[in-house]
Amino acid sequence: MIYPDNKNSKQHSQSNQHSQLKKANVKMALSMAAGALLGTGVMVNDAKAEVLKDWQFDSAFLFYSEGERVTAAEVIVSGNKTFANDEILNLKLTIDSLTGASANGAVVQAQAQTFTRPSGEGQYVTPAGETPLDDTFKDTRVQLNAQWTQPLAENYTGSIGGHFSKEFDYLSLGVNGNLAVDFYKKNSTISLGLSHFQDTFTPMGGIPKPYASMPIGDSNSASWDEDLAKTRIGSSDKKVTSDVLLGFTQVINRRMITQFNYSYSMVRGYLTDPFKIVSVLDQQGTAQDYIYENRPNERNKQSTFAQAKYHFDQNLLNSVLDISYRYMWDDWQIKSHTLDSTLYMPLSSRFGKQSYLQPHIRYYQQSAAKFYRPYTFAEQENKTTPDENYISADYRIGAMDAVTLGVKYGFSLNNGNDFSVRLEYYRQMPNNAGFDEPSELSSLTVYPVVQAVIFQLSYSFL
Amino acid sequence: MKANKSSIKKSPQLYQSIAVSKTKFILLAVVLVNLSACSSLGVEPWERDLLATKAMALTSSPIDAALDDHIYFSKEASSGGKSFGGGGCGCN
Repeated sequence: MIYPDNKNSKQHSQSNQHSQLKKANVKMALSMAAGALLGTGVMVNDAKAEVLKDWQFDSAFLFYSEGERVTAAEVIVSGNKTFANDEILNLKLTIDSLTGASANGAVVQAQAQTFTRPSGEGQYVTPAGETPLDDTFKDTRVQLNAQWTQPLAENYTGSIGGHFSKEFDYLSLGVNGNLAVDFYKKNSTISLGLSHFQDTFTPMGGIPKPYASMPIGDSNSASWDEDLAKTRIGSSDKKVTSDVLLGFTQVINRRMITQFNYSYSMVRGYLTDPFKIVSVLDQQGTAQDYIYENRPNERNKQSTFAQAKYHFDQNLLNSVLDISYRYMWDDWQIKSHTLDSTLYMPLSSRFGKQSYLQPHIRYYQQSAAKFYRPYTFAEQENKTTPDENYISADYRIGAMDAVTLGVKYGFSLNNGNDFSVRLEYYRQMPNNAGFDEPSELSSLTVYPVVQAVIFQLSYSFL
Repeated sequence: MKANKSSIKKSPQLYQSIAVSKTKFILLAVVLVNLSACSSLGVEPWERDLLATKAMALTSSPIDAALDDHIYFSKEASSGGKSFGGGGCGCN
């Protein structure tokens, strides 16, 4: 929650107050819609429209596809209501659905590989030369957010919020609070935010025992359930996340605004991915075994973030440049750099309607966690110190570069509502952070590129 | 007045506290000078026409930001920075 945004959007909505006529039209349209839904005809009580009168809605549909890997669809509806004393209530509903296959952590081999599904029921085979993907990945998630923001005193703004998210195997509950202080004619703002999340993970098939070998065999055999149970240590586990966010916003001049943040995040609890395994290879690089990964039960992350927005003049089409940089580091020795930039370009208004084009570019680079290994070797197993006992082959905590290229086109409709469409291409390029590659893997793609296409439709209405 | 003068003469603590408040005053002056040096930064309330537009908001589309945060949270090892990076889903 960053206050200056609220402030700006509020000023924006105030400066762009719709005419009484338009309001009446919206009211009538809503009345008619409500009437149609309730089957009470066109003549419905104004009170129904009254309820929705001060609400402003933003909605979006997003489609994300990695081709043969993960496909996700997500819908968001967010409503803002502003009350008489500038209090703002925001309610947001998010529903998403994931299907497809995700990398299970095992390394590619010159021959086909057989794995047991996370549930323990059945197996899947990865063909020779292909990255092992677990195709049982499927989930639907419902998320609810509520945020209440209000002025506490002259130049003081407070905000509190709640978060609820539920998937088949995951529950997340969160609260947050934020205090912002404006000074120097509201050209400067200091803010302090705190958030706390409590997550419970109940993975299908239970929590695997770290370092245990993935049982591979006939799941219909008499001893299967017993064999599987030996590799499990429980049915669910918890994770707690606490964040502190310090922010400073400074207006530079009529055309430029900047923001600087520092954040500290503490995560405690079960941080291992129960679905991820690590290949145990012999010296030539042939898989002998697959073991369940193991991550520390603590992670402390810090980040600094800087952003600048600049409004060009007519010579540059009144476009707005947004550029930001984030540096993140943590005690898993992951360091990352993120550069993000958009250029908002208003197009000459046709038929009295506003439209814009917004190209987007993002560059991301991260180093590997200290316990990341793309695979391990048989003789390296059973390390003695606890630190050496952590292991994960999840490429998402390995070294990688990623690039996003996108474009968004938006326009205002006759009734004053806004519509936009966004298309982006996301490319992840994992790389070798200095690990020895055995001979058998030399002709195979150990660090495959992941590509995704993101398509989004957004509609904002009153 | 007499009593006050004599009490000042008699009390070294008071001298000390005056010295402390002098230091505070100097500090305050330094801060004020710094602030005035920054007076080229910022705008008057009537100069906020451009800053007040939606395109100039620090998060001009909160919906896009929420969707992007979700994607990158589940695909990369970093999150947050601009806003809270907390938990929220089992996607990571």
